[in-house]
Amino acid sequence: MSSIRTNPERLSVLDRPNSYIGKTVPRPNLDRLLQGRGSYVSDLELPRMAHVVFLRSPHAHAKIVNIDVAPAKQMSGVIAVVTGEELAAVITPWVGVLSHLKGLKSAPQSAIAVGRVCWQGEAVAAIVATSRAAAEDAAEHVAVQYEELEAATDMRTALDPATPIIHASLGDNLAFERIHEAGAVDQAFAESDAVVEADFVFGRHTGVTLEPRSVVASWNAAEARLTIHQGTQAPHMVQNIAALHLGLRDSQVRVVCKDVGGSFGIKVHIYADEMATYALAKMLRRPVKFVADRVESFNTDIHARDHRCKGKIGIKRDGTITAFEIDDLTGIGPYSMYPRTSAIEANQVVNLVGGPYSNKNYRARARVVFQNKNVMCQYRAVGHPIACSVTEGLVDLAALEIGMDPVEIRRRNLIADDAYPCTSPSGLRFEQLSHHASLTKIVEMMDYQALRSEQARLRKDGIFRGIGIASFIEVTNPSAAFYGVGGARISSQDGVAVRLDAQGSVICLTSITEQGQGSESLTAQIVGSVLGVSMDRVRVVLGDTDMTPYGGGTWASRGAGIGGEAALQATKVLRQNILDVAAAILQASPAELDIVNNVVVSASDGTPRIDLNELARIVYFRPDTLPPGIQPELMATRHFVPREYPFAFTNGVQAAWVEVDTDTGFVKLLRHWVVEDCGTIINPQLVDEQIRGGVVQGLGAALFEKCIYDDRGQLTNANMADYLVPMSGEMPDIDVGHVVSPTRESELGAKGAGEAGTAGAAAAVTNAVNDALTPFETIITEIPLTPQVILTALKKI
Amino acid sequence: MKASAFAYARATSVANALELLAVHGEKARVLSGGQSLIPAMNLRLVAPEVIVDIGGLAELRGIVIEGETLVIGALTRHADLLKSSDIVKCAPLLAAAVAHIAHPAIRNRGTIGGSLAQADPASELPACMLTLGASIVVRGPGGERRIAAEEFFRGIYETQLAPQDLLVAVELPVADSGSAHFFQEFARRHGDYAITGLAAQAVLEGDRFAALRLGYFAVGDRPVLAEAAGKLTGVTVTPALLAEASDALSDELDPHEDQQATPAMRRHLARILLTRCMASLLKRPDLQIGGVA
Ligand SMILES: Cc1cc2nc3c(=O)[nH]c(=O)nc-3n(C[C@H](O)[C@H](O)[C@H](O)COP(=O)(O)OP(=O)(O)OC[C@H]3O[C@@H](n4cnc5c(N)ncnc54)[C@H](O)[C@@H]3O)c2cc1C
Repeated sequence: MSSIRTNPERLSVLDRPNSYIGKTVPRPNLDRLLQGRGSYVSDLELPRMAHVVFLRSPHAHAKIVNIDVAPAKQMSGVIAVVTGEELAAVITPWVGVLSHLKGLKSAPQSAIAVGRVCWQGEAVAAIVATSRAAAEDAAEHVAVQYEELEAATDMRTALDPATPIIHASLGDNLAFERIHEAGAVDQAFAESDAVVEADFVFGRHTGVTLEPRSVVASWNAAEARLTIHQGTQAPHMVQNIAALHLGLRDSQVRVVCKDVGGSFGIKVHIYADEMATYALAKMLRRPVKFVADRVESFNTDIHARDHRCKGKIGIKRDGTITAFEIDDLTGIGPYSMYPRTSAIEANQVVNLVGGPYSNKNYRARARVVFQNKNVMCQYRAVGHPIACSVTEGLVDLAALEIGMDPVEIRRRNLIADDAYPCTSPSGLRFEQLSHHASLTKIVEMMDYQALRSEQARLRKDGIFRGIGIASFIEVTNPSAAFYGVGGARISSQDGVAVRLDAQGSVICLTSITEQGQGSESLTAQIVGSVLGVSMDRVRVVLGDTDMTPYGGGTWASRGAGIGGEAALQATKVLRQNILDVAAAILQASPAELDIVNNVVVSASDGTPRIDLNELARIVYFRPDTLPPGIQPELMATRHFVPREYPFAFTNGVQAAWVEVDTDTGFVKLLRHWVVEDCGTIINPQLVDEQIRGGVVQGLGAALFEKCIYDDRGQLTNANMADYLVPMSGEMPDIDVGHVVSPTRESELGAKGAGEAGTAGAAAAVTNAVNDALTPFETIITEIPLTPQVILTALKKI
Repeated sequence: MKASAFAYARATSVANALELLAVHGEKARVLSGGQSLIPAMNLRLVAPEVIVDIGGLAELRGIVIEGETLVIGALTRHADLLKSSDIVKCAPLLAAAVAHIAHPAIRNRGTIGGSLAQADPASELPACMLTLGASIVVRGPGGERRIAAEEFFRGIYETQLAPQDLLVAVELPVADSGSAHFFQEFARRHGDYAITGLAAQAVLEGDRFAALRLGYFAVGDRPVLAEAAGKLTGVTVTPALLAEASDALSDELDPHEDQQATPAMRRHLARILLTRCMASLLKRPDLQIGGVA
């Protein structure tokens, strides 16, 4: 632990006897999921349920001249064939902008294309039938006449006068631009001993969830209410948006979200086909199911990371970094996504570059352009892998330039562990980070010096291994600063209600959601620990806007830090309420009592006084026996949102040990290490596995994953054979270590851990590959690092 | 996606399967392990009207040694090949190759007949058939015929099989006790189709090859038995000779371009494989260090 709490009250809540905090306990939902009894939307069947299939554009950019739906409507099992124009009468279009991203513009987007398609995969008609197969059969008989338009696909030429403007009303293809300058950049470069530049290229990739996006929308005409069963990360956001565009009040929409087969940020957005499904349910007055198939998932799930970033770093002989400068360009498809917008990733890159270092001179430009490709938006560790790869790539290049060891240059420049609170040149405020403690720890874990010796020895035998280091910072626990201030009705606060039932068990309703990260477990651990009941007595209910408190959900590494704190505070209130009642029953004072292991005990010696079961019996069935004037409240609700810091930054460092086969260009990942600091650790195994899972997604970006478009805007590898997700056979052992600096914004002290792994993995691997290739005097700054890229860099082909 | 509607017939005998194929011709497809056919149907890349499932025909499954010939039934699964001691003894190259086909779940269903009929140029087994000099046993309306592996593969997913034909078995000469083999492929991930691969079989006499067959795959529209092998047979292999053979190999290959590799990269990898193969079969690490590629 790098920081020790002194507040005794805090100690008492988290370190109570039998506390589950900091312990690896099995997730309460494991049996359900492992026995196949999870409730996934893709499995849901409702009476009279119809299935929708979307006919999608084969062109990247085309005018829709005519749609002939008549033959399809005649086919057996077909209930309706609906075009964009028809659906527009039921659901209004939207524009994905936020006011705090100054100048961000986008065009109105419809649930189904009206008049024109802007990317290959955009829906042009909905076919609703009694089964998915029948709908697919009918889809083959919908005849669409297109007039192909020139497509703007290359982000580098998107702003050229010769390139067609995708939305004439916007005037150009520039969606957003941000320029930032801090310190005296030109002077700093002028005074540097060396200035190094590089162009970094990042492949477009996507999240590939095991369960595709799934919705069942059901309109109850009698109640005038829409129930949406959806695998989403943010049920209240979906409720609000669906209501807004269907002309309903929020209270007329219920969103139910039970088990979700993976999200990674893919399921935190509002997709046109999901909006169309809600509208179809309302239009047809019956349940309609949409489950994306794998091909349409690749064509329509948001993509991310397609960036080209020029970077520049100034360095002194003594290793001092003098300045960073970047010029980032990204293409986001034809629309800014709704409602979180597609400017956030580039904005994050500007925010985060240089973030771990004490340098004060920083200039950045980011431009976000439209193109006729699938939409891009936020995916796990938004912007971080880009910022981290650029920053850490530049730092390694600077080290190489002055002949300094990569660990040493970081030691000399990382913000000192005792320099907090402080502010980065891009304006980020850091409460407490631990870069140096983390670096020291990882160097120890990996036995850095021994690896260096091994590397030197093997090089003599023609075996080329490399070490890559990447320090990083990570945005977690966002306040309203992320979306709320820009006008989005996406809650940054979360709520938890806890209730003692009539046999002394606890029902806990939380507004955070679960897609596999362990929200259910961490909530039960907190509630059980704070209250003094065993976890098997805590039932956590999530994902139902009719039942849970209002809140944001699970995204941006916020579930534990925000929802966890709300759980802690609500449970503290419930605990106090229980002790008050117990004191009345036992004619004692609440301060003399405690709850341990489902029993109210004497605080001093642990003698059992009254079982919670018995207490609940009296409260619910024999309130007549309670002293007059006592009204027990065995349910308590609390909400939480961080107020002091807009974000709780975490930090860490990753290291990769790789071998490059210089004959074939293949990279073998030998080992990977991570040290991270997410503050209070609620469940070490959950945190470690979040880190590992995140690292694997980062390694996918480093070596494998890329959405390959041709220059006509056709996605050419929209399947699991050609889009290479990382698989276990290629993954190295991943060792995870921790430094713990709890945030003081909450009693729990937890920051997020869900994205840190993804943030730095690709940077560590790229640095390791370049380190391995130093004898060949080549530097590669493009990912994925495919054999083709490496052999080309080595001039072998 | 869902496959379009089709009729399904489970063949009760080889004769019955042949009858069904004769009746339905091009509208029918044989179903063996389904590991290539079913994904293609689900993607609606193919839409057969009739599926003739031969999965129940025990007579088509199994491995037997008949004198100097190893006979492998068409329905023999990849997993069967992997665990057969007869394969290890009589065609060890196959055992080495099969380990590279996909993943256990797919190997438990996929069959040798299906793989050869599918004729994916990046598949391991077709190349092995060339290297091992296999005959493909086919039954059709006109009776049974044997087609040399070298003649069997005609292009991407194309073979000598007519729509009415059933591939029933393959016959391989039992490997000489003095023979050696080499199998290696480059794939992005374990179980992926190869970017380039080599299945080689040799007979050694002292430090020379008395026979050498080099079956390359994923370097063109069908597996290729490299003629460059001739340059390396019956002589002492020197680095200079290896370089010459590698150049000849580059010339004779006509690789395709795809998302994984350009033709130049495939030629390069084919040369690397040749070098590694020579170093391994001849136990001459010197050939690899500072190799020709
Ligand atoms: C994820 C995945 C990865 C894979 N990776 C590899 C790999 O790395 N290497 C590799 O080689 N293969 C790979 N495969 C394919 C696998 O090996 C298949 O098993 C094989 O290609 C086809 O065999 P099957 O028995 O499944 O044939 P099926 O799918 O049943 O049939 C394939 C085709 O052959 C025809 N056919 C089948 N049997 C006969 C017969 N007896 N006579 C005439 N025609 C017949 C069918 O009509 C069909 O056209 C992979 C498959 C998957 C799903």
